[in-house]
Formats: sequence, structure tokens, C-alpha cells
Amino acid sequence: MTTVDVTPATGKKNNSPGNSRRRVYRPNTKYIPVLATLVLLVIMYSSGVANYENFGDPSVLVNLFRDNAVLIVVAVGMTFVILTGGIDLSVGAVISLTTTLTATLLKGGWPPLVVLVLVLLLGSLLGAGMGAVIHFFKVEPFIATLAGLFLARGLALFINQNSIPIRDKTWKAISEYRIPLADGVVTKPIALVALAAVLIAAAVLAWTRFGRNVYAIGGSADSALLMGLPVGRTRIAVYTLSGFCAALGGVLFSINSTSGWALQGNGLELDAIAAVVIGGVLLTGGSGYVFGTLLGVMVYGLIQTIIAFQGDLNAAWTRIVIGVLLFGFIVLQRLVTRKAK
Amino acid sequence: MTILKNRLFWPAAILVVLLVINAFTSNQFITVRDGHLFGTLIDILRGSAPLMLVALGMTLVIATGGIDLSVGSVMAISGAVACLLISDLGNQNSVGSVLLIIGVAIAMSLLLGLWNGALVAVAGIQPIIATLILMVAGRGLAQLITDGQIINVRSDPYSTMASGFLLAVPVAFLIAAAAVALTVVLTRRTALGLLLESVGGSPSASRLAGIRARRITVMVYVVAGGFAGLAGLIYSANIRSADSISAGNLIELDAILAVVIGGTALIGGRFSIAGTVLGAILIQTLSVTVVAIGVPSKATLLFKAVVVVALCLSQSPTFRTKVFGRLKARPAVRAEVPA
Repeated sequence: MTTVDVTPATGKKNNSPGNSRRRVYRPNTKYIPVLATLVLLVIMYSSGVANYENFGDPSVLVNLFRDNAVLIVVAVGMTFVILTGGIDLSVGAVISLTTTLTATLLKGGWPPLVVLVLVLLLGSLLGAGMGAVIHFFKVEPFIATLAGLFLARGLALFINQNSIPIRDKTWKAISEYRIPLADGVVTKPIALVALAAVLIAAAVLAWTRFGRNVYAIGGSADSALLMGLPVGRTRIAVYTLSGFCAALGGVLFSINSTSGWALQGNGLELDAIAAVVIGGVLLTGGSGYVFGTLLGVMVYGLIQTIIAFQGDLNAAWTRIVIGVLLFGFIVLQRLVTRKAK
Repeated sequence: MTILKNRLFWPAAILVVLLVINAFTSNQFITVRDGHLFGTLIDILRGSAPLMLVALGMTLVIATGGIDLSVGSVMAISGAVACLLISDLGNQNSVGSVLLIIGVAIAMSLLLGLWNGALVAVAGIQPIIATLILMVAGRGLAQLITDGQIINVRSDPYSTMASGFLLAVPVAFLIAAAAVALTVVLTRRTALGLLLESVGGSPSASRLAGIRARRITVMVYVVAGGFAGLAGLIYSANIRSADSISAGNLIELDAILAVVIGGTALIGGRFSIAGTVLGAILIQTLSVTVVAIGVPSKATLLFKAVVVVALCLSQSPTFRTKVFGRLKARPAVRAEVPA
């Protein structure tokens, strides 16, 4: 899987579809979307290095993890949901609820550990509730989680409409802690949390019964049911997991900004969905990888980094450039995967 | 019991309840003043016009199994184009020029819809991602058109679109009603509706059956763009300015909600225009009611959430059998395979 940059094209040239023996090396078709994303990401990165001074600095790459830690964690949860063929629109709102609640409770003098456990539990509970509504009452995921979005953001606004600063010592300490990686390259604890989330999620999807059930439901929920797989339990678990990840994302957010605000994470659900899809996960479910999602977030982050390096773009142009780059990336990815088939 | 089983019964019931609440709390529910209708009910009809137009286009898109997230940005762009051109006019009250400008703005929106349609049908990109591109870039485009400012216009013909009355009825509502009528005639009196549903059911099977699935898909995005553009014009005519940040912000979610409340399934293959109209009016009534009964502003969204949750559950047949079915002897059957 390391030297694959050229394979899709050469593999196509050297063999007809019927003659599969004389092929050179051709990656398994199920990896192609992820590999396409990887290749394009590398191209994007190298063009960044070629065009901007200091872009090749290792801290640029390391900072991608730090700046996008929240999105990574949320997108990992979203990957599970989308793999089952569902969607979770509530994640941005759960983030806002988490940050608001965290800030409010910490201000009220609650012990940090209790707050942490409480908000994570609340996020999971919200997710489980939506999963239960989707499974037992057969409400469409899009609508059930849209209601969840209104509910979570409504609760957040009800608690407090203003931005609340966090002065808790533990939160501040984590926020200011730096982990040295190499000379002049440091990162924050939240980046490690994000990385850990990716690794754990990838392991769960690849090697556990739960992971296989997720793929099976995404492939065909009816067949999964007939095979005797625990469809209901898995489906609810997936939304619970997404709720947990969103709450964790909210905690990371509150650590990073040392504040809580009910309008935080507005529209983040679409960023997460876009990242997941760019990473090669099919919205219809059943196909895709957590590492693809990570690459998808990296694409998003790299686009923003390039815009930051460009430096002279105002808000309007930033949006347009993000749109154009997103467009270019998706079309390229589409071409690469189509050719490979 | 048959009327209770109708998918639209519960939304309609909630709408009636909300309207009754409004009738009691507002001092003028519906009256005649200065020769035209006036009151809360008329406000609801007038205010629901943009959402109704957007949701109408969204219905057609969803019927083909797609989704359009870019409608809010298209609204912002069309409002921005119209206001920019009108503010450049020597005489802002010239009816001919304003009509021409409205035409230009709508043509622009149709073009944006064509872009979406091409991405979905020709390039084969998943609709949610294809329209996400315009959703992100479009608002930037609108900001660029207005140069980041809010452009104010003082054009009477233009604001007539939102606040005028024709035959005692608000013009905005008439525009939306005309769009609805046109869509109903085109989809239900011709084979077009059937073709839409067949493309939504299975694009490849429709193509094999001789339907130009690709052309139909492009068409629905173009129509959705046009309706969104019209909605953007009404929105900006109402506030007499182009606000590229808040015009149509999050309207895609409200529109999708209206469509689903109206009984159109997100997987496509089936649609109900009457349901969408009901859904759009219901959502607008909800926002009006929240203000009318004096729910504090910080609890507005929470109130909306509770109603939406109640609505979704009331529409779920499984929920109804599980909760209301207990009254009958038949126990809930577990082995129901999802269709």
C-alpha cells in the first residue's frame, strides 16, 4: 500500500477486464477511492510546497492535526453512521451544547472530571435517543437528526446565548500544554486525542464483530436482519457513537478555545459529511474506511492552510476558493475512480 | 379511522391547533383594512412564500432521489444581483427596468441550477456533495457581488413583490401560489410527474425504459434553482436590501423539513406537492406562533424542536401502532422487515 501512486493508470493499460492474470499490480477496487484521495492529497501538498515558502515545514503537517482535531473526531463518528447508510446532522449542535454546558458547569465550580464524564454521557445519550427513534419508529435519519440538531442547539441557547469563558485550572492547563515532537515542532494534546480516535475507530471497524455488522447493515439492512445480525442494537450503537464523538469534539473545542458558546460548531455537520465523502465513503453505506475520512479532513484542512498561506484573500474569496478547490478535488477523484473501474 | 391514517392528518391537525392559538392570542387574526386583507393569517401566508417556493423546488429534486443544499446561497445571489442592478438605475421606480432585472436575476438562478444539475447528472457526483460546493462558494459569490455591504434599494415596484396586494391578497403569496399551480399542472396533468418518480425510483431502470433520466435530473435542479432565485427576490424585496450573509441562511434545512412533513420520502420515487405546501405553511406558522404567544427568544429553537419531534413521531406509522395500537387487542409484531 505504500508505492501505489502510479498503479491505477498502468493497471488499466496492461490488461483487459477478462484477463486478470497478466496484470501488473492493481489495488483491490475497494481501496481505490481512498487511494485516489491519498494521491490527490499528495499532489495538493506538493503544489503547496512548490508555491509557498515554508510550506514544507513539518509543523504545517503536524498543525493539520491540531487545527482539525474537532473535525477529525466528529468525522470519525460520522463515518460509522454513514457506513450504515444513515446520516447525522446533529453533530454541530451537540458540539455547541457540550461547549456551553461544559463552560457553565465549570463556572459553577463542578469538578472537571465530573463535567467531562457528564457531557460525554449526555452526547452519547442524545445519540442513542436519535438512534432509537430512527430504529424503532422508522423515522428517516436525516429528519430524526435534524430534530436532534434543533433540540441540542435549542438547549444550548436556552442555557446561555452568550459566549462563556472557561477559567478552570485543569482546562487551562490542558489547553496550554505542548508536546514536543522534534526540533521546533510541537503539538497539543487535542491532536493526540484525534489521532487516537482515528486509530481506535479503524481497529474497531476492521477487527470487531461490531465493525463487520456496521458494514453489513450498510450493504443491506434487510439481508443483515435475515442473517440474524443485531441490526437494531448496531444501528442505535452507531448513533450513540456519533453522539459520543460529537461530545468529545465539543470538549476538544472548549479546551482549544477555553470558552463555550451556543453558536459554536454551526454548519460543522456539513464539513464532517463532506470530509467523509471526500475520503471515499459512499453515502449509501457499506463501503469506506476511517483512514479515508482522516484523509478527507486533511484535504479540508490543507485547503484552508493553502488559503492562509496565500494570505491576501478576504472572507468572500475564501469561500469561493474553498468551493472551487472542493469542486476540483471531487471531479478529479471522480475521474480517477471511474478510470480505475 | 381512514382520515386518521392519512400521512397529512397530523401535520394538518398541528397546523390547525397553531392557527387556533394564533386566533386567540393576536388581536387581529383576519380583517379587511384599506381594501385588502390584513392580520396574522395574512402575515403567515405572505411570510411563507419564500419557504414555499424553495420547498417546491426541493420536492422535485427529492422526488428524483437527490437533494439541493445550495438553495440558500442561490437566494442570496439572486437578491444581490437584483439589488445591485436596481441601485444602479437612474429611476428605481421604472416598472420595465425592474421587471427586466427580475428576469436577469432569475436567469442567473436557473444557470446556477444548471450547474448543480450538470454536476449530479453528467459528472455523477453525489447530490449532497455536488450542491454543497455551490452552497459554500455561492455565499462567497453573493458577498463578492455586494462587495460585502448591504445594498439598500428604494424601488416601489420591487418591494411590491413582497409587500404589495393584488385583489386584496398579498402578491408574494400569489407568486408562490402560481408557482405551485404551475408545478401541479405540469407534473400531475402530464406524464412529467410519473417520469420524475420513475427516475427517483431507479435512474438506470428508467433509462432502460426509454426515459431520458439525465435530462430530467438536470431539469429538476434547474427548476429548484429558479424557484430559489424567485424566493431570494421576494426575501430581498421584503427587507428592501440585499443581505448576502443572512439571506436564505439554513433555509435548506427548513425546506427539506417541509418536504418531509409533507410526506415526500427522502429516498425519492414519490412526492406530494400539497404536502409540501402544508409543510411550508406549518413551519412559517410555527415561527409566527412562537412570537405571538410570547415564548422568550432563547427558547424559540427549543419550542420548534419539540414541535418537530412531535410531528416526526406522529407521522411514523410504527410509532402510531406502538402507542395507539395498544388500545386494540393486536400485539405489536416484532418481525417486521423494513421495506
